Amino acid sequence: MELLFNYLIFPGFLFSAVLGLIAGWIDRKVTARIQWRIGPPWYQNFVDFIKLLGKETILPKGSKITFLFAPFVGLISVALVATIIGKIIINPAESFLADLIVVLYLLIIPAIAIIMGASASSNPLASIGVSREMKLVLAYELPFVLAAVTVIIKAGNTIRLGEILNYQANSGAIIGSASGLIAFVVAILCMQAKLGFVPFDISEAEQEIMAGVFIEYSGFLLAIFKLMKSMLLYVMPLFLISLFWAANTGIDSLIGKYILLLVIIILLKNTSPRVRIDQALRFFWGPITALAIIAVVLALLGL
Amino acid sequence: MNNELRTNMNLKLKALTKSLWVFHLCIGGSCNNCDIEILDLLTPRFDVERFGIMLVGSVRHADVLLITGSLTYKAAERAKRLHQQMPKPAVVVAVGSCALGRGIFKDGYNTPCPLDELIPVDLYIPGCPPKPEAIIDGIVKLVKKVRGEK
Repeated sequence: MELLFNYLIFPGFLFSAVLGLIAGWIDRKVTARIQWRIGPPWYQNFVDFIKLLGKETILPKGSKITFLFAPFVGLISVALVATIIGKIIINPAESFLADLIVVLYLLIIPAIAIIMGASASSNPLASIGVSREMKLVLAYELPFVLAAVTVIIKAGNTIRLGEILNYQANSGAIIGSASGLIAFVVAILCMQAKLGFVPFDISEAEQEIMAGVFIEYSGFLLAIFKLMKSMLLYVMPLFLISLFWAANTGIDSLIGKYILLLVIIILLKNTSPRVRIDQALRFFWGPITALAIIAVVLALLGL
Repeated sequence: MNNELRTNMNLKLKALTKSLWVFHLCIGGSCNNCDIEILDLLTPRFDVERFGIMLVGSVRHADVLLITGSLTYKAAERAKRLHQQMPKPAVVVAVGSCALGRGIFKDGYNTPCPLDELIPVDLYIPGCPPKPEAIIDGIVKLVKKVRGEK
Protein backbone atom coordinates (compact mmCIF):
# COMPACT_ATOMS: atom_id res chain seq x y z
CA MET A 1 0.00 0.00 0.00
CA GLU A 2 2.73 2.39 0.98
CA LEU A 3 4.69 1.26 -2.05
CA LEU A 4 1.73 2.09 -4.28
CA PHE A 5 1.36 5.49 -2.62
CA ASN A 6 5.06 6.15 -3.15
CA TYR A 7 4.89 5.14 -6.77
CA LEU A 8 1.65 6.88 -7.74
CA ILE A 9 1.55 9.98 -5.54
CA PHE A 10 4.40 11.38 -3.49
CA PRO A 11 7.88 11.07 -4.86
CA GLY A 12 6.54 9.17 -7.86
CA PHE A 13 4.11 9.86 -10.64
CA LEU A 14 1.81 12.70 -9.54
CA PHE A 15 4.45 14.74 -7.72
CA SER A 16 7.00 14.52 -10.51
CA ALA A 17 4.34 15.20 -13.14
CA VAL A 18 3.20 18.42 -11.46
CA LEU A 19 6.77 19.57 -10.82
CA GLY A 20 7.78 18.60 -14.34
CA LEU A 21 4.97 20.60 -15.93
CA ILE A 22 5.91 23.59 -13.78
CA ALA A 23 9.56 23.14 -14.81
CA GLY A 24 8.36 23.10 -18.42
CA TRP A 25 6.64 26.40 -17.77
CA ILE A 26 9.87 27.86 -16.27
CA ASP A 27 11.60 26.74 -19.47
CA ARG A 28 9.07 28.51 -21.69
CA LYS A 29 8.99 31.62 -19.52
CA VAL A 30 12.77 32.04 -19.31
CA THR A 31 13.03 31.39 -23.06
CA ALA A 32 10.45 34.12 -23.64
CA ARG A 33 12.29 36.56 -21.37
CA ILE A 34 15.57 35.84 -23.16
CA GLN A 35 13.85 36.68 -26.44
CA TRP A 36 12.38 39.84 -24.88
CA ARG A 37 8.86 38.41 -24.89
CA ILE A 38 6.46 38.01 -21.98
CA GLY A 39 5.72 34.31 -22.24
CA PRO A 40 2.81 32.10 -21.19
CA PRO A 41 1.08 32.05 -17.76
CA TRP A 42 2.15 29.44 -15.18
CA TYR A 43 -0.72 27.04 -15.88
CA GLN A 44 -0.01 26.90 -19.63
CA ASN A 45 1.47 23.38 -19.67
CA PHE A 46 -1.43 22.00 -17.61
CA VAL A 47 -3.88 23.54 -20.09
CA ASP A 48 -1.94 22.04 -22.99
CA PHE A 49 -2.09 18.64 -21.31
CA ILE A 50 -5.87 18.81 -20.71
CA LYS A 51 -6.43 20.01 -24.26
CA LEU A 52 -4.42 17.13 -25.72
CA LEU A 53 -6.42 14.66 -23.60
CA GLY A 54 -9.59 15.97 -25.23
CA LYS A 55 -8.36 15.75 -28.82
CA GLU A 56 -8.94 12.99 -31.30
CA THR A 57 -6.25 10.29 -31.29
CA ILE A 58 -5.34 9.08 -34.76
CA LEU A 59 -3.73 5.66 -35.19
CA PRO A 60 -1.68 5.41 -38.37
CA LYS A 61 -1.33 2.24 -40.42
CA GLY A 62 1.41 0.05 -39.05
CA SER A 63 1.91 -1.67 -35.73
CA LYS A 64 -0.99 -0.20 -33.77
CA ILE A 65 -0.36 -1.97 -30.46
CA THR A 66 3.29 -0.89 -30.26
CA PHE A 67 2.24 2.63 -31.24
CA LEU A 68 -0.28 2.67 -28.38
CA PHE A 69 1.99 1.18 -25.73
CA ALA A 70 5.24 3.05 -26.39
CA PRO A 71 4.29 6.29 -24.53
CA PHE A 72 3.22 4.32 -21.45
CA VAL A 73 6.49 2.36 -21.35
CA GLY A 74 8.39 5.64 -21.20
CA LEU A 75 6.06 7.19 -18.65
CA ILE A 76 6.17 4.18 -16.31
CA SER A 77 9.97 4.05 -16.30
CA VAL A 78 10.36 7.79 -15.64
CA ALA A 79 7.85 7.57 -12.78
CA LEU A 80 9.87 4.67 -11.37
CA VAL A 81 13.09 6.70 -11.51
CA ALA A 82 11.34 9.60 -9.77
CA THR A 83 10.16 7.24 -7.04
CA ILE A 84 13.59 5.67 -6.47
CA ILE A 85 15.51 8.95 -6.40
CA GLY A 86 12.87 10.73 -4.31
CA LYS A 87 12.74 7.96 -1.72
CA ILE A 88 16.53 7.77 -1.43
CA ILE A 89 16.96 11.53 -1.08
CA ILE A 90 14.37 11.55 1.73
CA ASN A 91 15.98 8.58 3.47
CA PRO A 92 19.37 7.27 2.18
CA ALA A 93 18.94 4.08 4.23
CA GLU A 94 16.20 2.88 1.86
CA SER A 95 18.74 2.39 -0.90
CA PHE A 96 18.94 -1.13 -2.32
CA LEU A 97 21.89 -2.90 -3.94
CA ALA A 98 22.93 -1.47 -7.34
CA ASP A 99 20.13 1.08 -7.55
CA LEU A 100 22.48 3.42 -9.41
CA ILE A 101 22.70 0.86 -12.22
CA VAL A 102 18.92 0.42 -12.17
CA VAL A 103 18.41 4.17 -12.52
CA LEU A 104 20.96 4.40 -15.34
CA TYR A 105 19.09 1.67 -17.22
CA LEU A 106 15.64 3.12 -16.53
CA LEU A 107 16.79 6.49 -17.87
CA ILE A 108 17.52 4.94 -21.29
CA ILE A 109 13.98 3.55 -21.55
CA PRO A 110 12.29 6.88 -22.49
CA ALA A 111 14.55 7.09 -25.55
CA ILE A 112 13.79 3.46 -26.38
CA ALA A 113 10.06 4.15 -25.98
CA ILE A 114 10.35 7.05 -28.42
CA ILE A 115 12.24 4.83 -30.86
CA MET A 116 9.61 2.07 -30.54
CA GLY A 117 6.64 4.37 -31.01
CA ALA A 118 8.11 6.28 -33.90
CA SER A 119 9.14 3.10 -35.70
CA ALA A 120 5.62 1.74 -35.28
CA SER A 121 4.11 4.81 -36.94
CA SER A 122 5.55 3.85 -40.37
CA ASN A 123 6.17 7.43 -41.36
CA PRO A 124 9.30 8.20 -43.43
CA LEU A 125 10.11 11.37 -41.47
CA ALA A 126 9.63 9.50 -38.20
CA SER A 127 12.08 6.86 -39.39
CA ILE A 128 14.69 9.56 -40.01
CA GLY A 129 14.02 10.78 -36.49
CA VAL A 130 14.38 7.24 -35.16
CA SER A 131 17.74 6.73 -36.79
CA ARG A 132 18.97 10.03 -35.34
CA GLU A 133 17.60 9.24 -31.88
CA MET A 134 19.30 5.86 -31.91
CA LYS A 135 22.67 7.35 -32.87
CA LEU A 136 22.25 10.02 -30.24
CA VAL A 137 21.59 7.41 -27.54
CA LEU A 138 24.75 5.57 -28.59
CA ALA A 139 26.64 8.85 -28.54
CA TYR A 140 25.72 10.17 -25.09
CA GLU A 141 25.45 6.94 -23.12
CA LEU A 142 29.20 6.29 -23.13
CA PRO A 143 30.32 9.58 -21.51
CA PHE A 144 27.27 9.56 -19.21
CA VAL A 145 28.16 6.15 -17.81
CA LEU A 146 31.82 7.21 -17.49
CA ALA A 147 30.70 10.25 -15.46
CA ALA A 148 28.70 7.90 -13.21
CA VAL A 149 31.78 5.66 -12.89
CA THR A 150 33.76 8.68 -11.64
CA VAL A 151 31.19 9.14 -8.89
CA ILE A 152 31.31 5.44 -8.03
CA ILE A 153 35.11 5.55 -7.66
CA LYS A 154 35.04 8.77 -5.65
CA ALA A 155 32.41 7.43 -3.25
CA GLY A 156 34.55 4.39 -2.46
CA ASN A 157 33.46 1.84 -5.05
CA THR A 158 29.81 1.73 -4.14
CA ILE A 159 26.88 1.37 -6.51
CA ARG A 160 24.25 2.27 -3.95
CA LEU A 161 22.80 5.79 -4.36
CA GLY A 162 22.22 5.92 -0.60
CA GLU A 163 25.90 5.34 0.17
CA ILE A 164 26.91 7.94 -2.41
CA LEU A 165 24.61 10.42 -0.62
CA ASN A 166 26.04 9.43 2.76
CA TYR A 167 29.60 9.81 1.48
CA GLN A 168 28.83 13.33 0.27
CA ALA A 169 27.09 14.23 3.53
CA ASN A 170 30.20 13.13 5.46
CA SER A 171 33.10 14.33 3.27
CA GLY A 172 31.76 17.05 1.00
CA ALA A 173 30.09 17.07 -2.40
CA ILE A 174 31.77 15.18 -5.24
CA ILE A 175 31.59 18.32 -7.37
CA GLY A 176 34.15 19.85 -4.98
CA SER A 177 36.97 17.69 -6.35
CA ALA A 178 38.69 18.15 -9.72
CA SER A 179 37.51 14.84 -11.15
CA GLY A 180 33.97 15.42 -9.85
CA LEU A 181 33.79 18.85 -11.47
CA ILE A 182 34.90 17.52 -14.87
CA ALA A 183 32.44 14.63 -14.64
CA PHE A 184 29.67 17.06 -13.70
CA VAL A 185 30.27 19.16 -16.81
CA VAL A 186 30.22 16.00 -18.94
CA ALA A 187 27.00 14.88 -17.27
CA ILE A 188 25.30 18.25 -17.87
CA LEU A 189 26.04 18.01 -21.61
CA CYS A 190 24.77 14.43 -21.69
CA MET A 191 21.65 15.52 -19.82
CA GLN A 192 20.97 18.12 -22.50
CA ALA A 193 21.03 15.37 -25.11
CA LYS A 194 18.94 13.02 -22.94
CA LEU A 195 16.25 15.68 -22.56
CA GLY A 196 16.26 16.25 -26.32
CA PHE A 197 16.88 20.00 -26.09
CA VAL A 198 18.73 22.25 -28.52
CA PRO A 199 21.61 21.81 -29.52
CA PHE A 200 20.80 18.07 -29.44
CA ASP A 201 17.12 18.08 -30.49
CA ILE A 202 18.18 16.48 -33.76
CA SER A 203 15.62 13.67 -33.59
CA GLU A 204 12.60 15.96 -33.36
CA ALA A 205 13.89 18.91 -35.37
CA GLU A 206 10.68 20.83 -35.97
CA GLN A 207 11.87 22.79 -38.96
CA GLU A 208 13.57 20.09 -41.00
CA ILE A 209 11.75 16.83 -40.25
CA MET A 210 8.52 18.23 -38.76
CA ALA A 211 8.77 17.02 -35.15
CA GLY A 212 10.46 13.83 -36.42
CA VAL A 213 9.78 11.01 -33.97
CA PHE A 214 6.53 12.54 -32.71
CA ILE A 215 5.13 13.36 -36.15
CA GLU A 216 2.30 10.79 -36.11
CA TYR A 217 1.36 11.16 -32.45
CA SER A 218 -1.80 13.08 -31.68
CA GLY A 219 -4.23 13.67 -28.83
CA PHE A 220 -3.98 11.43 -25.79
CA LEU A 221 -0.77 9.64 -26.80
CA LEU A 222 1.02 12.90 -27.55
CA ALA A 223 -0.09 14.15 -24.13
CA ILE A 224 1.55 11.12 -22.50
CA PHE A 225 4.78 11.73 -24.42
CA LYS A 226 4.78 15.41 -23.48
CA LEU A 227 4.21 14.46 -19.85
CA MET A 228 7.08 11.97 -20.05
CA LYS A 229 9.39 14.67 -21.38
CA SER A 230 8.33 17.09 -18.65
CA MET A 231 8.90 14.49 -15.94
CA LEU A 232 12.32 13.80 -17.40
CA LEU A 233 13.02 17.51 -17.02
CA TYR A 234 12.34 17.09 -13.29
CA VAL A 235 14.08 13.74 -12.85
CA MET A 236 17.35 14.31 -14.73
CA PRO A 237 18.59 17.40 -12.82
CA LEU A 238 17.54 15.73 -9.55
CA PHE A 239 19.58 12.65 -10.47
CA LEU A 240 22.64 14.76 -11.25
CA ILE A 241 22.25 16.66 -7.98
CA SER A 242 22.04 13.43 -5.98
CA LEU A 243 25.10 12.06 -7.78
CA PHE A 244 27.39 15.09 -7.67
CA TRP A 245 26.11 17.82 -5.44
CA ALA A 246 24.30 16.38 -2.45
CA ALA A 247 26.36 17.43 0.55
CA ASN A 248 23.26 19.17 1.85
CA THR A 249 19.88 17.67 0.92
CA GLY A 250 17.68 20.14 2.76
CA ILE A 251 14.59 21.10 0.82
CA ASP A 252 15.65 24.73 0.23
CA SER A 253 19.14 23.84 -1.00
CA LEU A 254 17.65 21.16 -3.29
CA ILE A 255 15.27 23.69 -4.83
CA GLY A 256 18.07 26.21 -5.28
CA LYS A 257 20.37 23.69 -6.98
CA TYR A 258 17.53 22.38 -9.12
CA ILE A 259 16.62 25.85 -10.37
CA LEU A 260 20.27 26.62 -11.06
CA LEU A 261 20.64 23.45 -13.15
CA LEU A 262 17.36 24.20 -14.93
CA VAL A 263 18.55 27.69 -15.85
CA ILE A 264 21.84 26.26 -17.14
CA ILE A 265 19.83 23.87 -19.35
CA ILE A 266 17.62 26.69 -20.62
CA LEU A 267 20.55 29.00 -21.32
CA LEU A 268 22.35 26.24 -23.24
CA LYS A 269 19.14 25.63 -25.14
CA ASN A 270 18.63 29.25 -26.10
CA THR A 271 22.15 30.22 -27.03
CA SER A 272 23.15 27.40 -29.33
CA PRO A 273 22.05 26.25 -32.79
CA ARG A 274 21.03 22.70 -33.59
CA VAL A 275 24.01 20.49 -34.51
CA ARG A 276 23.95 17.80 -37.17
CA ILE A 277 23.87 14.16 -36.07
CA ASP A 278 27.45 13.51 -37.22
CA GLN A 279 28.63 16.57 -35.29
CA ALA A 280 26.82 15.36 -32.18
CA LEU A 281 28.34 11.90 -32.50
CA ARG A 282 31.83 13.33 -33.00
CA PHE A 283 31.32 15.73 -30.09
CA PHE A 284 30.27 13.04 -27.63
CA TRP A 285 32.69 10.34 -28.69
CA GLY A 286 35.60 12.77 -29.11
CA PRO A 287 36.20 15.60 -26.60
CA ILE A 288 33.43 14.66 -24.16
CA THR A 289 34.49 11.03 -23.81
CA ALA A 290 38.11 12.17 -23.49
CA LEU A 291 37.07 14.53 -20.67
CA ALA A 292 35.12 11.73 -19.00
CA ILE A 293 38.15 9.41 -19.19
CA ILE A 294 40.34 12.13 -17.69
CA ALA A 295 37.80 12.44 -14.87
CA VAL A 296 37.90 8.68 -14.25
CA VAL A 297 41.74 8.67 -14.22
CA LEU A 298 41.82 11.64 -11.83
CA ALA A 299 39.33 9.86 -9.60
CA LEU A 300 41.52 6.74 -9.59
CA LEU A 301 44.47 8.95 -8.58
CA GLY A 302 42.34 10.25 -5.74
CA LEU A 303 41.93 13.85 -6.93
CA MET B 1 -17.85 21.98 -37.18
CA ASN B 2 -19.06 24.14 -34.34
CA ASN B 3 -21.88 21.81 -33.38
CA GLU B 4 -19.25 19.16 -32.97
CA LEU B 5 -17.25 21.51 -30.78
CA ARG B 6 -20.21 22.47 -28.61
CA THR B 7 -21.24 18.91 -27.84
CA ASN B 8 -17.89 18.35 -26.14
CA MET B 9 -17.21 18.98 -22.48
CA ASN B 10 -16.85 22.57 -21.40
CA LEU B 11 -13.46 22.04 -19.76
CA LYS B 12 -12.10 20.58 -22.95
CA LEU B 13 -13.34 23.57 -24.91
CA LYS B 14 -11.89 26.03 -22.47
CA ALA B 15 -8.54 24.24 -22.60
CA LEU B 16 -8.66 24.28 -26.39
CA THR B 17 -9.20 28.01 -26.58
CA LYS B 18 -6.41 28.61 -24.06
CA SER B 19 -3.86 26.58 -25.98
CA LEU B 20 -4.19 26.88 -29.74
CA TRP B 21 -1.37 25.11 -31.56
CA VAL B 22 -1.03 26.38 -35.09
CA PHE B 23 0.13 24.57 -38.19
CA HIS B 24 1.00 27.15 -40.81
CA LEU B 25 0.39 26.23 -44.43
CA CYS B 26 1.22 28.50 -47.34
CA ILE B 27 -0.53 27.10 -50.38
CA GLY B 28 0.55 27.83 -53.89
CA GLY B 29 0.62 31.37 -55.21
CA SER B 30 1.35 34.06 -52.67
CA CYS B 31 3.81 36.86 -52.09
CA ASN B 32 4.61 35.59 -48.54
CA ASN B 33 3.74 38.93 -47.02
CA CYS B 34 0.92 37.36 -44.96
CA ASP B 35 3.48 34.87 -43.66
CA ILE B 36 5.68 37.74 -42.55
CA GLU B 37 2.75 39.35 -40.74
CA ILE B 38 2.09 36.03 -38.99
CA LEU B 39 5.74 35.90 -37.97
CA ASP B 40 5.21 39.33 -36.39
CA LEU B 41 2.63 37.78 -34.09
CA LEU B 42 5.18 35.37 -32.64
CA THR B 43 7.96 37.89 -32.09
CA PRO B 44 8.37 40.25 -29.11
CA ARG B 45 6.06 43.04 -30.22
CA PHE B 46 2.85 40.98 -30.18
CA ASP B 47 3.98 37.66 -28.61
CA VAL B 48 0.87 35.48 -28.89
CA GLU B 49 2.55 32.78 -26.77
CA ARG B 50 1.12 34.81 -23.87
CA PHE B 51 -2.22 33.24 -24.83
CA GLY B 52 -0.81 29.78 -25.40
CA ILE B 53 -0.64 30.07 -29.17
CA MET B 54 2.40 28.47 -30.72
CA LEU B 55 3.58 27.02 -34.00
CA VAL B 56 3.99 23.23 -34.22
CA GLY B 57 5.88 21.16 -36.73
CA SER B 58 3.38 18.41 -37.48
CA VAL B 59 -0.27 18.77 -38.47
CA ARG B 60 -1.10 15.91 -36.11
CA HIS B 61 -0.33 18.19 -33.15
CA ALA B 62 -2.27 21.16 -34.49
CA ASP B 63 -5.59 22.69 -33.44
CA VAL B 64 -5.55 25.43 -36.04
CA LEU B 65 -4.76 25.07 -39.73
CA LEU B 66 -3.65 28.52 -40.75
CA ILE B 67 -3.70 29.00 -44.50
CA THR B 68 -2.24 31.83 -46.56
CA GLY B 69 -1.91 32.25 -50.30
CA SER B 70 -4.26 31.52 -53.17
CA LEU B 71 -5.10 27.92 -53.91
CA THR B 72 -3.48 26.28 -56.93
CA TYR B 73 -4.39 23.01 -58.64
CA LYS B 74 -1.34 21.27 -57.21
CA ALA B 75 -1.83 22.58 -53.68
CA ALA B 76 -5.56 21.85 -53.55
CA GLU B 77 -5.07 18.13 -53.08
CA ARG B 78 -2.44 18.68 -50.37
CA ALA B 79 -4.55 21.22 -48.49
CA LYS B 80 -7.49 18.84 -48.46
CA ARG B 81 -5.33 15.95 -47.24
CA LEU B 82 -3.80 18.08 -44.48
CA HIS B 83 -7.27 19.11 -43.35
CA GLN B 84 -8.28 15.46 -43.13
CA GLN B 85 -5.10 14.57 -41.24
CA MET B 86 -5.75 17.09 -38.50
CA PRO B 87 -7.14 15.60 -35.24
CA LYS B 88 -10.57 17.04 -34.38
CA PRO B 89 -11.81 19.32 -32.81
CA ALA B 90 -9.91 21.77 -34.97
CA VAL B 91 -10.47 25.00 -36.84
CA VAL B 92 -9.34 26.38 -40.19
CA VAL B 93 -8.23 29.99 -40.46
CA ALA B 94 -7.73 31.75 -43.80
CA VAL B 95 -5.48 34.81 -43.70
CA GLY B 96 -5.25 37.41 -46.46
CA SER B 97 -7.16 38.25 -49.60
CA CYS B 98 -5.50 35.45 -51.58
CA ALA B 99 -6.73 32.70 -49.26
CA LEU B 100 -10.16 34.30 -49.00
CA GLY B 101 -10.96 34.88 -52.64
CA ARG B 102 -7.81 34.36 -54.70
CA GLY B 103 -6.88 38.08 -54.50
CA ILE B 104 -5.03 39.38 -57.51
CA PHE B 105 -4.74 35.82 -58.85
CA LYS B 106 -8.52 35.68 -59.42
CA ASP B 107 -8.21 35.30 -63.18
CA GLY B 108 -5.09 33.14 -63.05
CA TYR B 109 -4.97 29.98 -65.14
CA ASN B 110 -3.85 27.84 -62.22
CA THR B 111 -6.15 28.97 -59.40
CA PRO B 112 -9.25 26.76 -59.42
CA CYS B 113 -11.40 28.17 -56.61
CA PRO B 114 -11.42 30.15 -53.36
CA LEU B 115 -10.26 28.15 -50.32
CA ASP B 116 -13.68 27.76 -48.70
CA GLU B 117 -15.05 25.90 -51.68
CA LEU B 118 -12.48 23.19 -50.98
CA ILE B 119 -12.46 22.89 -47.19
CA PRO B 120 -14.71 24.53 -44.56
CA VAL B 121 -13.16 27.74 -43.21
CA ASP B 122 -14.04 28.92 -39.70
CA LEU B 123 -12.37 32.30 -39.66
CA TYR B 124 -11.72 34.75 -42.49
CA ILE B 125 -9.17 37.49 -41.95
CA PRO B 126 -9.19 39.88 -44.94
CA GLY B 127 -6.43 42.27 -45.86
CA CYS B 128 -3.51 42.42 -48.23
CA PRO B 129 -1.72 41.71 -45.96
CA PRO B 130 -3.84 41.93 -42.78
CA LYS B 131 -2.24 43.81 -39.91
CA PRO B 132 -1.14 41.73 -36.91
CA GLU B 133 -3.76 43.56 -34.83
CA ALA B 134 -6.41 42.42 -37.29
CA ILE B 135 -5.25 38.80 -36.97
CA ILE B 136 -5.36 39.00 -33.16
CA ASP B 137 -8.85 40.53 -33.37
CA GLY B 138 -9.92 37.64 -35.59
CA ILE B 139 -8.52 35.08 -33.16
CA VAL B 140 -10.41 36.72 -30.27
CA LYS B 141 -13.64 36.55 -32.26
CA LEU B 142 -13.00 32.90 -33.08
CA VAL B 143 -12.31 32.04 -29.43
CA LYS B 144 -15.56 33.74 -28.40
CA LYS B 145 -17.46 31.88 -31.07
CA VAL B 146 -16.01 28.53 -30.00
CA ARG B 147 -16.90 29.22 -26.37
CA GLY B 148 -20.40 30.26 -27.35
CA GLU B 149 -20.04 33.81 -26.00
CA LYS B 150 -21.41 36.90 -27.64
